Formats: sequence, C-alpha cells, structure tokens
Amino acid sequence: MIAYHLPILQIVVPLIAAPLSAFCRRAGMAWYLALIICAASFAISVALLVRVLDEGHISYLLGNWAAPWGIEYRIDAVNAFVLLIISGMGTMVLPYARVSIADEIEPHNQALFYTCYLLCFAGLLGMVITGDAFNAFVFMEISSLATYVLVALGAKRDRRALSAAFTYLVMGTIGATFFVIGIGLVYMVTGTLNMADLAARLQGLEQNRTALVAFAFIVTGIGLKLALFPMHLWLPNAYAFAPSAVTVFIAATATKAAVYLMLRFLFTVFGTDYNVLGLTLTYMFTPLALAAMFAASTVAIFQFEIKRMLAYSSVAQLGYTVLGISFASVTGLTATMIHLFNHALMKGALFMAVGAIVLRHGAATIDSVRGLGRTMPWTMAAFVAGGLSLIGVPLTVGFISKWYLVAASLESGRWPIAVLIVLSSLIGVIYIWRVIEAAYLEKPPEGRTAREAPLSMLIPTWGLVGANIYFGIDAELTSRVAGAAARLLLWVAP
Amino acid sequence: MIDTTINFALLLFLAATAFSILRRTTLFSVVMLSGVFSFVSALLLVHLDAVDVAFTEAAVGAGISTVLMLSTLALTARHEAPASRSRALPLIVVFLTGLALIYGTLDMPHFGDPSAPVHTHVAPRYITATATEIGIPNIVTAVLASYRGFDTLGETTVIFTAGIGVLLLLAGTIREPTGLRITAMDHHLVLRVVTKVLIGPILLFALYVQFHGDYGPGGGFQAGVIFAAAFIIYALVFGLEAARRAVPGRAVRWILAAGVLMYGGVGVVSFFFGKNYLDYSALGATATAGQHLGILLVEFGVGMTVSAVMVSTYYAFAGQNRPIGDEEW
Amino acid sequence: MSLDDVLGLFNYWMVIVLMMTGLYIVVSRGNLVKKIVGLNIFQTSVFLLYISMGKVSGGTAPILTGKPEVYSNPLPHVLILTAIVVGVATTALGLALVVRIKNAYGSIEEDEIQTMDLVAESEAETTGHRR
Repeated sequence: MIAYHLPILQIVVPLIAAPLSAFCRRAGMAWYLALIICAASFAISVALLVRVLDEGHISYLLGNWAAPWGIEYRIDAVNAFVLLIISGMGTMVLPYARVSIADEIEPHNQALFYTCYLLCFAGLLGMVITGDAFNAFVFMEISSLATYVLVALGAKRDRRALSAAFTYLVMGTIGATFFVIGIGLVYMVTGTLNMADLAARLQGLEQNRTALVAFAFIVTGIGLKLALFPMHLWLPNAYAFAPSAVTVFIAATATKAAVYLMLRFLFTVFGTDYNVLGLTLTYMFTPLALAAMFAASTVAIFQFEIKRMLAYSSVAQLGYTVLGISFASVTGLTATMIHLFNHALMKGALFMAVGAIVLRHGAATIDSVRGLGRTMPWTMAAFVAGGLSLIGVPLTVGFISKWYLVAASLESGRWPIAVLIVLSSLIGVIYIWRVIEAAYLEKPPEGRTAREAPLSMLIPTWGLVGANIYFGIDAELTSRVAGAAARLLLWVAP
Repeated sequence: MIDTTINFALLLFLAATAFSILRRTTLFSVVMLSGVFSFVSALLLVHLDAVDVAFTEAAVGAGISTVLMLSTLALTARHEAPASRSRALPLIVVFLTGLALIYGTLDMPHFGDPSAPVHTHVAPRYITATATEIGIPNIVTAVLASYRGFDTLGETTVIFTAGIGVLLLLAGTIREPTGLRITAMDHHLVLRVVTKVLIGPILLFALYVQFHGDYGPGGGFQAGVIFAAAFIIYALVFGLEAARRAVPGRAVRWILAAGVLMYGGVGVVSFFFGKNYLDYSALGATATAGQHLGILLVEFGVGMTVSAVMVSTYYAFAGQNRPIGDEEW
Repeated sequence: MSLDDVLGLFNYWMVIVLMMTGLYIVVSRGNLVKKIVGLNIFQTSVFLLYISMGKVSGGTAPILTGKPEVYSNPLPHVLILTAIVVGVATTALGLALVVRIKNAYGSIEEDEIQTMDLVAESEAETTGHRR
C-alpha cells in the first residue's frame, strides 16, 4: 500500500510535518523532526527514482479524479532525478544547519525556522512532482514565500538580508505572475491545465498567436525564477546575506526546481516541434547563457565577500545549465540534467565551507580568510576541493558537466562555443585562486585566534566533497539517469 | 448591450483608479485608492458571474490588505520621495510587454463566446457531474474542495507560510505589553457601542458563510477573513491588549497550524480506507455523503488557518505600533 | 479587424492596460509600499483576465439551481480564489519586510537603501584591506 502512495507521500510527509513542527517550542525538537522528515523524503525519492527507471512513468490521481479534471502527479526519470537532488540536499543541510542556525539567527526564531525550512522543502518538491500547470504555480509560491522569509532571517548578521529579501520578493512575484499569465493564455486556447493534456492539445496550435505569447510569458516568468541572465539581479544579494545554511539549501535546490519547470514547459508541454522553440533556443538562450558565463564570472572576480562571489558564480553556472538546454540535443540535455546534480554538490560543498568560516569569524571576506589554511585546515581544504570541482578539474563532477557540454557543442558543430566554455572556466580559476591565495599564502592577522569548524558542520561538508569526487570518477550512474531524462524530454526512444 | 456598458464603465473606472495610484505621492491616498481598486474589481467580478471570487476579493483586497497597508504606513512613512531616477527604461519594457499581450489577444476566443475551448473541454464535466458526483449546488466549492482539492491544500499552506513568515519577521520586535492601552480608541463612546453591537452579527455571519459554502457563495476562506475582521475591529477599538486577553497569541499560533493539519489529515484518512489521497468518497456511507463530509471538514480547516493567520498577522503589525494619536489620521 | 473583433476583445485590452499600469508602478517607483500596491494592482488585473475568460454570454453564476441554465465556467473562479490567497500572502510578507526595513534603515525608499548598502560595502572593503 505504501509503495502505491509513494508519490503523494513525497509531498504530504513534509507538508504535514511543517504545521506539526510549529507546535515545537524548542528549536532542538523542531530540528529533530525536520531531520527525520527530510531523511524520509530522501528515502521516498530514491524509491521513486528506482521505480521510474524500471517501470517508466508513474501517475497518481489526487482525490482519485481522473486527469485532466483532477490534479495528477506524474513522475518520470526527469522529475524523479530532480526530486532526488532536492530531497538529498535538503537532508544534507540539516545536520550542518544546527550549529550554524543557532549562531546566525535570533534565538526566539529558531524553532519556527525549521517550520519554514520544511515548507520551502515541500514547496520545491511539490512544484517538481506535479503534472498540473496551476498546481506547479501554487507549490512554487509555497517555496518562494518560505524562501523570502528564510533569506530575511539573515538580518541578525547583516541588515542587507532584508533589502535582498524584499527585492527577491518583488522580482519573484513578478516572475510568478508572468507564469500565471502564461498559464492563463495557454488555458484559454486549450481549455486544460494538465501538462500531458496541454501537450496533446497544443498540437496544431503552432500558429496560434495567443499560445505564442503564452510561451513567451511562461519562459520569461520561469526565467526570472531561475535567475536567467539578465534577470538574475535578485540572486547575488539573496544568496550573500541569507543565513549560511539557507544559502547552501537554496543555491543547491531552488534554481534547480525552476530549471526543471523550464525544461518541462519547453520540451514536454510545448514540445520539440513547437515552431518558435528552435528560434528561442538559438537566439535567446545561447547568447544569454554565454553572457551569463562571462559577465557573471567576471563580476565574481571583483567581489570582496566570498558568499557573494560564489553567488555570481552560481549565475554563471546557471549559464552552463541553460547552454545545455539551448542545444536541444540528447547530449546537451544530458549535460543540463547532470549539471543540476553536479552543481548542487559543488556549490553545496563551497557554501558549506564558507558558512563554517562565517561561524568562526562572523564574516567570510577575502580579508577574513587570510591565513585560514593553517587555522581551519579542514574547512579550507573542502573549499579548495569544491573550487576545483567548480572549475572543472578532472576527477571531479565539474569535469563531467563540462565534458558533456563540450561534447554537445562539438556535436552540434558549434565548436566556438566549446572554446568559450573552456575560456569561461579559466575565469573561475581566477576568483577561486583569490581565496586560496589569501588562505594559504598570507599570514593571519595579529591576535586572531580561530578554531576549526565543529564536526557537525565538517562532516556534511566533507560528505559533499566526497560526492564531488566519487561522482567525478564514476559518473556511470548519474549520466545514465541524466541521459534517460534527456531522451524523455526530447521524446526519443531509449 | 447593458451588460457590455456596465463592463466598460467599470473597467474605465478601474483604469482611472490605477492611473491615479500611479501619480499620487501621498501614500495614504495610494493605499485607500488601492482598496477602491479592489472593491470596484469585486463589482466587476460579480458582474462576470464570479460571486465567490468577488466575495473574496472584497474581503481580502478591500479589507485585510488595506488594513495591513495602513498599519504599515503608520510604522513607516506617509509620503513617497520624489523620483530620482529615469523612468524611461521601465516605461519601454512595460510598453513592449503590453504590446506583446495585445498581440496575444488577436487569436483569443471572443469575450463570452460559449464555444471557446475553456467552455468545451474539462469544465463541462464540473457543471454536469457536480450534482451526481459531489451532490452540492455550488460548483465552485465542489471544484475547489474536491476536484482540485489539492490546490486548495496548497493554498492553505501558502497562507500558513505567510503567517509563519510574518511571525518570524515581526514577532521578535513586538514591544512588551505596557499595560497601557494607548492604541485603543475606547474613549469614543459611539465606536465602543457600535463595535459591541456589530461583533456578534459579524461572527454569526462568518459561521453562516463557513457552513453555507456548499450552497451559495462562501466557504472557509471568506469565513476566515470575516471571522478575523470581527477580531480586528475589536482590537482596533478596545486595544491590542484586550484582544490578546480574549485570544492569546499562542492560541492563535496553534489554530494556525491546526487548520493545515486538519486539511492534510482528512487526506490521510482516505489512505486508511484504501483510497487515494483526498478522496473523500470513503468518508461516508455513500460517495456523495463522503464528499459532503470531506468538503465540510477541509473547508473548516481552511477557515481555521485563514482566520488565525489574519489575526496573528494583525497582532504582529499592531504590536509594533508606536502609539498613533487620533489626530494624526 | 471587424467591429465584432473589437467588441469581443475590448475587455481583454482594458485588462491588459490595468495589468501594465500595475507592473509599471512596481518597476518604476522606488517607494517600497507603493511597489507592493503596484504588485496588488498587477495581480488583481490578472485575476480579471482569468475571470473574463470564464464568462459565458447570458450565463449565470455557477451555482446549481435545479433549473436548466447556462452557467459561466467555474474553473477560472477556483484558480483565482487560490491566486487571491497567494496574493494576500505575498502582500502580508512584503509589508512585514517593509516594516523591518524601516526599522533597520530608517527609510523605505529603494534608492536611499541602495546608497546605504553601497557605502557599507565600500567601507567594509577599505577597512578590510587596511588591516
């Protein structure tokens, strides 16, 4: 029986745990509950992924109303993989969060923090698992509202968290409203909200101008949510000033869910045959992706705060993700899917290391890391490993992502893009080197006593570093799943 | 023809209001005009047959949002600073977006056209089958709470998230109770009497709206807002301390969570009857009896969470208050 | 384009004008409360778009009366009920943030806040490098 209900349990378990945790008066209890719930969610998503790889897609009818009248959950390799990334990272962050959150947010807020965390977690999973366009919007808003709050909680450390959260709220709401307008227009010409039904009924509407504008609004709306360059302006400050544990979580998951939604609408709903798809990918996605890779990386070099530097690097990394989409080939989408996973691992490790520095020094700037190679050797070593992965050095996951991207660009005959991918990686070397130089080659300032980060933070950090290396050496599993997802998206038989 | 004229008139009025909001710099009038905008929208919604939506828009847009915005103004600023940057770029972007949308209308089914895809696919089943499958007259409630009941669970969670968020953002900065009832207006005899007379009927009306949602416009969401309105009026006149004595903040927080649990829990009960999540048909002797009970319960959950969020949000905002004298308004 | 088209689409055009006015308020105004008001107008206008498409000429509110009648489409109504709730949730959070921003910065004007942030940033950098 449980196996049959797994799709809905994936969402309902954290969704019901959230109000339950609001009854907890002590932060410790709320944390414990969140940890158990996230771990259970992770187990469910593993089971779901195994099942869809075996059996193809799973459909679950909510309220037992047949689609398209009711809401349908529809899971295939594409969203099962993203569910796994989100629930896995959500679980990894929690052991790390305990000490970090206790330090970075107000004591009276710590219990409810975990309620908010669970809501964000459930919202992200909900928007990925659903097969209904409007339901995706509702869950997107659960996760977005929770994220705005989580970001704002960084205000204890720096008031800029508040203005960052407000900007994020305004931009995020504009994005969501664009998405809703798009859904409305596409509903207007098809009469349905179910994604599979939409895909079927959009056939033959290639020339419909209402559907065309709907396409534009959906792409723009999701583009805002995923920080597609140049709509990324909300991202750097939100990542930089959120509490460190929150930064790790949202950097590893929130934009991934948005990328998933983009893939779903581009390839499943509008479909590979949609007449403007090719134009959009070639003339919009390719240039924007390249611009993100170079402009955001360049800006990253000049950042003083390391969290913000990494945030700009995230915008650049989203450029790689979008670049993979723009090839619209199996290799390209495999690159995108595998990079979603790999980027979660590398940015997770990096932001975790930086969060440990924030814990010990109150800030993580180029200045405050001076000499940390000696005083926080494990943290800094994790940073170096994450940085190497970000750059794309062989034996790390970053290399695998770049490998697929370069292969996809060569395959499509656009070799200059392959050159640009390698060049943009070199910019990454510069900003990562700045930190390494300060940490290992400079002396710590006089009178600074610093200790290594606590084990509860080091173990998750090194867990992710290990994953960076493991999946960098043996990418068989990830590339098999990513490949299956890519073929599903492109309607290619496996 | 008369229908078209009313539509156009209301739309023009809305446009005038929106432009006026754009141009004004006194935030008090901006907020009041935004309430007017919502209220006129509600009129238009009634005219477009969306009575449930109109009800909600009037209660939320013209009611709760305006109260929250006024509370914010009291704590922040009265005037908008003069423009310091160029508005050419926003204007161009917005203009192009609008043009794109107008282009998109060109292939739209005409307004009111009964043969439009939205009226011929999916929706007809709700209209023809609600009577037999759900057994209640209000189709909107049937779709809201059953056919698309999961969306509504999501919606309840959204408002729950906002409630938790406001608590996280503002509760820490609530000033200690001073024992002084400075924000109260209870020295106004007329206000005091009118409030006492009003609160009873408002609460009663909330209950009616809550439990009559199956038959007419209404349901948990509208009822929750009305229920909260009664409390907010009480708090406005008799002061926050008095309201907190009636319903303490912690109780509100419990109801807030209990509503979502109730909704989510009804869905879980379906599991034990071997049914899919939120399939209410297992809850009663017959499928329609089960649907009926299920809808009643989930709507009650929605009402609980919504009213609690509204009250706790109001508590959080009002708790920030530096005292506002009567003459300042 | 015939008069019929104009009459049939005029409703949508007006709604688009409303939506864009709201969006323009959000992106062009620096006052945070006014931005929230703008978002409200933008969203409310989108609600009108949805409800307009649900209207059937000669129809009535979708509440069964037992008599054979033409009903307007209930589905957009349901979607918009949800969207209104999402809207008010966003408004409440936005306003709570505005109150906190006022407490922290003493201003609710975006330009002034940005200036303060930039000053803070360059100060942190110069003191950092000097040490």
